[in-house]
Amino acid sequence: MSATTFEPIAARPAPVKTEGLVAWIRSNLFGDWKTTVGTLLVAAVLLKVLPPFLQWALFNAVWTAKFELCNAEGAGACWGVVSEKFRIIIFGRYPFEEQWRPLISTLLLCALLAGSCMRSFWKAWLVPLWIAVLAFFFVVMYGGVLGLSRVETDRWGGLPLTILLASLSMAMAFPIALLIALGRRSKLPAIKTFCTIYVELIRGVPLISVLFMASFMFPLLMPQGFNIDVLVRVLAGITLFAAAYMAEVIRGGLQAVPKGQIEAAATLGLSYWQTQRKIVLPQALAMVVPGIMNNFISTFKDTSLVTIVSLYELTGAMSLALNSDADWRPFKIEGYLFIALIYFGFCFAMSRYSLWIEKQVNKSKLR
Amino acid sequence: MSTPSSPPKKSWSWRSQAFRGLLYQVIAIVVVLVTVLYLAHNTTTNMKLRGIQSGFDFLSSPAGFDIGESLFVFDSGESYWRAYLVGFVNTLRVAVVGIILTTILGVLIGVGRFSRNALIRGMCAVYVEFFRNIPVLLQLLMWYLLFTEVLPASNEPLTLGPLFLSKGGLNFPIPEWASGHVWGAWGLLAGVVAAYLYRQWAYRAFEASGKVKSMFWVPVAIVLACGVLGWVLGGAPTALNMPVQGDFAVENGGALTPEYLSVLLGLTVYTAAFVSEVVRGGIQSVALGQSEAAAALGLSRGQTMRLVMLPQALRVIIPPVTNQYLNLTKNSSLAVAIGYPDVVSIANTAINQTGRAVECIAIIMLVYLSTSLFTSVTMNWYNTRSAIKER
Repeated sequence: MSATTFEPIAARPAPVKTEGLVAWIRSNLFGDWKTTVGTLLVAAVLLKVLPPFLQWALFNAVWTAKFELCNAEGAGACWGVVSEKFRIIIFGRYPFEEQWRPLISTLLLCALLAGSCMRSFWKAWLVPLWIAVLAFFFVVMYGGVLGLSRVETDRWGGLPLTILLASLSMAMAFPIALLIALGRRSKLPAIKTFCTIYVELIRGVPLISVLFMASFMFPLLMPQGFNIDVLVRVLAGITLFAAAYMAEVIRGGLQAVPKGQIEAAATLGLSYWQTQRKIVLPQALAMVVPGIMNNFISTFKDTSLVTIVSLYELTGAMSLALNSDADWRPFKIEGYLFIALIYFGFCFAMSRYSLWIEKQVNKSKLR
Repeated sequence: MSTPSSPPKKSWSWRSQAFRGLLYQVIAIVVVLVTVLYLAHNTTTNMKLRGIQSGFDFLSSPAGFDIGESLFVFDSGESYWRAYLVGFVNTLRVAVVGIILTTILGVLIGVGRFSRNALIRGMCAVYVEFFRNIPVLLQLLMWYLLFTEVLPASNEPLTLGPLFLSKGGLNFPIPEWASGHVWGAWGLLAGVVAAYLYRQWAYRAFEASGKVKSMFWVPVAIVLACGVLGWVLGGAPTALNMPVQGDFAVENGGALTPEYLSVLLGLTVYTAAFVSEVVRGGIQSVALGQSEAAAALGLSRGQTMRLVMLPQALRVIIPPVTNQYLNLTKNSSLAVAIGYPDVVSIANTAINQTGRAVECIAIIMLVYLSTSLFTSVTMNWYNTRSAIKER
């Protein structure tokens, strides 16, 4: 065996750049031949579709409220329809001079909604504050006092109605859902059966049938001479519907509380209600906030269905605004895109919040 | 020291838990019963006062309205229950096709969010955020508007090969009816049985020898071959009913109305966004070690997804996807807003004509409850099949 002397081999070349824009593009868009083909295909489709769309939506669009310009040859999207019909789309059939009232009350309600999203606001005084703001909302919108002219509920409409329907029905659904969720976990067979039947029945039928029930059947269910406003009926329908879905979310939270917690409470001699109130619910409710937020988003979107039972919330108000005016009717698609943008703004913000709060809630578990 | 005593006998004092439990239940039952009776009483008195007749006897009287589209012949002289049947079939037509398309689109987009290609990843994310944050009703209205306003009139349709697309809907060639097609269908059925037997045999052979046999392409080939064989035996009918450009509209061929297309498209696009989120969550729930192990074994990325990730993700995916299927079925009721004659729309017309709101709404609820029940039972069966086999 002859001794070999150590001979270093040549150093490997430095790795190709792994940071920065060029490297990112190289690995994410042109990583291998499949990725490259994918990129080229998608880019080709985008190049084919996007420029005409932008041309239509931005560069050739008409921004002034003149339908003659919109009808001109080669004109793109007619955003003038939004500036022309803005007030009707947003406020529906509410009297024009009085529209500051829905504006103020909706802004207040939105502020409260945003405030309720912050954890430092989750205190007991939030409940009376909600009641106060909702009372204010109704008084200012309905009028009849303080020198405000009366505006019947059938003239309410647009975005204020959408926000009112969503937030009020969710607020009212919460206590119902809580009781039903507890009932479904109860050991008493009769109560458990009732709650289960309620939840499964409601979840098995579409919202539209519940709304039909509220608008066609509700008058029959009430005693003679007892007339309820259609807004209240629809509100009740959405509330009962949302409560069933929310109950399932809350039940999920209740199930996630470890059994040891309940057993420990029993050892300490707490009663059923004490256990629920002091031990189970605080843990369960913190866990279900993201789920309830998702419920809120779907209820917000579902309010668009009340158009079908002729209440003019945002979607209905938009159809109302354009159907009644032959000059502007051809530009419905722009109107739809506008309200789609409003819905998107609200729902997207709420879903981001839901993600954020989910992280906040789970923080205690990340140890 | 106290000796362990037998548990105390149930005492029936008002402080005992058992007694209070019973009391609560009795109260609950009484409250529910009284409410139901009260509402029923109100309803019957109201109906009498307003002269509304009740009962389901109206179902056999002639409907008196026409239905825009139906799979079988319906004219206004036929009875209400036939009208409801038409509506129910129309609902199913949207729901079943919608569920199939949604599954395909949703899985593609959900998997697409794990693509190595940033462009595809981004497009899938934009798709999801865009479509799930806009109310489905608004989307249906927009699709309908696109179909009825933006498309060219039916005397000058867009053509794509044998397909015609216009305000009148989509026209496409369908095979002319011939007995050979029945033979083909029987052939396909026989092919399915043969493919099943082949798979059983292939699996046993794999267990015995360890040699992998094709479990997908060979069965597919068997099914297709049997279908073609049956079709050839039946005389190989090739006549197609081609749509042709008439003076005013596209004639002949199979046709889908713009209402059906917009409901189908709207529901599919909306629900696929949710399904894709479910799929993404399911894939993310599979432990990272699984895909690393698959890579270590030399599986390609496609194989890893198909053979390792998706089968495991399926267990997490199925229950929430079932919910989405149910949502799609229930959302098909929104078709009433754009005039597609589904069961809700028929019931709506029936309410307006006969005034029997209670009965008509009961029918709607019954239809959806039974459809929901059927879907969840089927999916539960599939779920137990694909659940982890614990030994």
